[in-house]
Amino acid sequence: MYSEATTEPPETTESVTPMTGQPETSAPAQTAGTADKNVKVKAENVNLWYDKTQALHDLDLNIYENEVTALIGPSGCGKSSFLRCLNRMNDLIPSVRIQGQITLDGEDIYHPDVDVVQLRSNVGMVFQKPNPFPKSIYENIAYAPRLHGIVNGRRDLDELVEHSLKRAGLWREVSDRLQTPGTALSGGQQQRLCIARAIAVNPEVILMDEPASSLDPLATATIEELIDELKDRYTIAIVTHNLQQAARVAGYTAFFHMGEIVEFNDTDTLFTNPREQKTEDYITGRYG
Amino acid sequence: MSTRKLTGSANNPQIRRRYRAEKRFKAYCIGAVSIAFAIIIAFFTDIISQGYTAFWQYQVQVTIDYNDRAERLGQFALDRDMREVASRGATRSIPRAIDRNPDLLGTTEERWVPVKAEIDQYLKHGRDILEAKHEEVAAAPELPDKLRKKVDALIDEGRIESAFNTRFFTTGDSKLPELAGIFSAAVGTLYVLGITLLCAFPIGVMSAIYLEEFAPDNKLTQTIEVNINNLAAVPSIIFGLLGLALFINFFGVPRSSALAGGLTLGLMTLPIIIISTRAALRAVPDPIRQGAFAMGCSRWQVVRDHVLPSSLPGILTGTIIGLAQAMGETAPLIIVGMIAYIPEAPSGVFEAATVLPAQVFTWASEPEQAYVEKTAAGIMVLLAVLLTLNATAVFLRRKFERRW
Amino acid sequence: MSVGQTTLLLLAGLIPLGYAGFFLGRRKALNTQAEGIRLHSRPQQYGWYSVVSMAVPAMAVAFIASLLNLLGWIALPSELVLIMTLVTAAAGFGFGLRAIQPSLRARIKLDNLMRWLLLGAALISIMTTVAIVLSVIFEAMRFFREVSVWEFITGTTWSPGDSFLEAAGRGDEVGEGGGGVFGSVPLFAGTFMVTAIAMAVSLPIGLLSAIFMSEYASQRIRGIVKPLIEILAGIPTVVYGFFAAVTVTPIIVDIAGFFGLDASYSNILSPGIVMGIMIIPFISSLSDDVINSIPQSLREGAFALGTTRSETIRSVVVPAALPGVISAFLLGVSRALGETMIVVMAAGVRPNLTWNPLEDMTTVTVNIVYSLTGDQSFDSPQTLSAFALGLVLFIVTLTLNVISTVMVRRFKQQYD
Repeated sequence: MYSEATTEPPETTESVTPMTGQPETSAPAQTAGTADKNVKVKAENVNLWYDKTQALHDLDLNIYENEVTALIGPSGCGKSSFLRCLNRMNDLIPSVRIQGQITLDGEDIYHPDVDVVQLRSNVGMVFQKPNPFPKSIYENIAYAPRLHGIVNGRRDLDELVEHSLKRAGLWREVSDRLQTPGTALSGGQQQRLCIARAIAVNPEVILMDEPASSLDPLATATIEELIDELKDRYTIAIVTHNLQQAARVAGYTAFFHMGEIVEFNDTDTLFTNPREQKTEDYITGRYG
Repeated sequence: MSTRKLTGSANNPQIRRRYRAEKRFKAYCIGAVSIAFAIIIAFFTDIISQGYTAFWQYQVQVTIDYNDRAERLGQFALDRDMREVASRGATRSIPRAIDRNPDLLGTTEERWVPVKAEIDQYLKHGRDILEAKHEEVAAAPELPDKLRKKVDALIDEGRIESAFNTRFFTTGDSKLPELAGIFSAAVGTLYVLGITLLCAFPIGVMSAIYLEEFAPDNKLTQTIEVNINNLAAVPSIIFGLLGLALFINFFGVPRSSALAGGLTLGLMTLPIIIISTRAALRAVPDPIRQGAFAMGCSRWQVVRDHVLPSSLPGILTGTIIGLAQAMGETAPLIIVGMIAYIPEAPSGVFEAATVLPAQVFTWASEPEQAYVEKTAAGIMVLLAVLLTLNATAVFLRRKFERRW
Repeated sequence: MSVGQTTLLLLAGLIPLGYAGFFLGRRKALNTQAEGIRLHSRPQQYGWYSVVSMAVPAMAVAFIASLLNLLGWIALPSELVLIMTLVTAAAGFGFGLRAIQPSLRARIKLDNLMRWLLLGAALISIMTTVAIVLSVIFEAMRFFREVSVWEFITGTTWSPGDSFLEAAGRGDEVGEGGGGVFGSVPLFAGTFMVTAIAMAVSLPIGLLSAIFMSEYASQRIRGIVKPLIEILAGIPTVVYGFFAAVTVTPIIVDIAGFFGLDASYSNILSPGIVMGIMIIPFISSLSDDVINSIPQSLREGAFALGTTRSETIRSVVVPAALPGVISAFLLGVSRALGETMIVVMAAGVRPNLTWNPLEDMTTVTVNIVYSLTGDQSFDSPQTLSAFALGLVLFIVTLTLNVISTVMVRRFKQQYD
């Protein structure tokens, strides 16, 4: 593994080909009725390899500000790999090579000058399995803000912890036991703790990789409600296996298949009136 | 808007500080590994630079005159001035030789014999320094002026020269450093390891088979398991105390004997062999066992005909590693008395014996300068054998490692 | 007759009987089979059955006789034992052959015997522990009959008598009350001093090396670094002792002299440092295992918040791995406490209660060795004191090992 200290690992520096010559009009234009939306994250011609195996092929995708975008598709279709490109979590896997351009508010996130630490504090992530740190609930949340110097003083920090827990809908359940270990919470609570932890850094985008797949239906419903509330302040991209979940929470949906985006549209259109046969087969349960 | 969020690290003092901390921490880690490497290199360089000279020895050409007086004391077979140069040990056997073969009396013979240890040390370490007119002659081995002149003259005549020290490998310990060798210690080591193997291997493998293949999951089994793990971590000197109290005082095994040492080390090696054999047995997948059971084999037949053959390389690897560990062990052997002075190789397991590490220890406590290089040379031999054993174990594991 | 001769004669009687038993038993079974009668087991299993029914009772007789002899209860003449054994063997031989019938379940009986044999082997390790405990306690009790436990634990003067130091060639260092004073505090002080120095060397180097191998190094580098560091674990302690005494000690004395300090030629710092070197691979490989078993998701969770690698390691990975690291540390401590050769060769023999690592100090293990290598009779308090010291050493290291095992088990349960 290479060091995180350098802003840019050599493997990716060489492989990234900024495609600045690309005219703006060639951006994904499959979607109707998005003219008024602001594009937060824009992916163009993204290719990704694990060693020699290509996992993503020429992906283009717009993620709109203050919207929930769902990435759906059968297992192994590359949706999680793509999600992990958006905050460069794939840098941690030595065998991964990425080509293409991904911008956040117009800034190329794979540019050699980009600082991954800053990128990741702007693009937070919640994982499939809740992964609270083996620390107290309070420390789980206070850890990153303290590191990034977001707060000054103990009182600010207390406020931020409370604020984040409230925003994640966990405050009422844990306010009296902030010093107990985060790992002692139930699965759904742990996942909301992880969301609170991500929120505390004050990101603009939150990536969620099947955040409810390891939870029971009740906890899943709570998380879905939470996602709905969060979209007013954050731009959210969520990978999910669960089509109903995508339909419930997402404004836009992209259907991935074999490392390509087959179809991208607003969720209602994609589910009720898919343009592609493959999409229809998938959402009607004929395969996947 | 372009360099707003993601590329500000150059101007943000806080992020710069965090990256400096990152670099510092990584440097600590690399530093720790480098220190470990530096220690390894310094260690081997030190041992080799102290020991390699022991593999060469200066010898002098003398005339042996089998006369009447030599029949009583070998020293008299040499010229008066040669007696100061040649090792006393070189002439020790002359009376016996005359006794055995009286025809020798009155004859003479030219022979190369080792020089005294002080002269050997002077020639190896002192002479060059003197010739280079170095400042710090005080630290170098020195000889009285008269003797030094004589030695220098003998070298000019070509009657003193350096030769490969085969004696180091063919003789036992000696009170004369120029004659001391590792042969009897090596024989002792073989005896001890033989007994260790005979005692630890069958019992260890059988215990492992019981625990892995037969044992029901009950309190007794758990006790045995916990006990084996703890036994593996008991300090070796405690095993020495056990050997002394049990084998020597209770069972009456002769003190200092290879049997006492071998049994003690056998008990010490037992947990290592059990643990590695269990790991090897566990690596054999269950379908193989079930297949054999389905053919009507009894449990013992399954183990004997199917599980053991598949896990044999793993068992051997563990045994070699256990033996290598036993071979380097000194403390328990000292406790059972295996630091006796052993000039002749033992001819049985009941006789007093010594082993390589104990020989190293004995030499290291000798005050003479000449023993330092013997010690280091003994260590070089010991390390060479141990590294070979461990390399063999690694090779076996690589070669026979099977992915099921 | 000597023990060896008796054993030889015994084997000379039993081995032919065994052969005969095997072939006769098998022949009987084969004959029965030839008559068209169905046997429960295979013919050679009947052969083995008759061997076993001959040998097991005979061995038992010989074993019991020699045990009685050893314990000194009844000393039977060895001729009598020999005859008794051979008679039993012959009786068992006849009985075994008679018992061979088509319905005899020889295979199952052999299987059961095998199981008992294996269980017996497994019990040997338990018996070893029991033997350690018994022998050490028994001799220590004899020591405590002459020296009070309280004096042993709290006394600050260790002076077992003149012969002890003279045997070690240090007759000039005999303390005041030459009659034998056994206050073990100075010895334990030396042991803890040397252990503290060793851990101060091995913990940072071992832990940081483990972090380097598991968090920073590529697979290839790791494949080179790990075995190289483990070379240190394969070096015999007597070699470390030589290295400490001949190389490290003079360097320390020189360095101390450079700073105007006076260091002893048997200072405790040198064996401490070298012992630390010896323990580096234990700490590094155990910590490396533990750090590797921390799930990747925990690291990713931290990275996703925008932490650098070292921040992730320090605030997430190491705290999560802490129980495992502590248990590696405890194992290292237990090893340092019981280490003998390095201190015997490089540390002093003068009991000395001091905080200065440049002075000479002696340790528990050094005193065990020197009290058992002198020329005293086995019953003298000096000799027995070795067992009292050994008892304390055994209890302390055992406790450390148990705590360490429990901690690792808890840790493993958390992340599997």
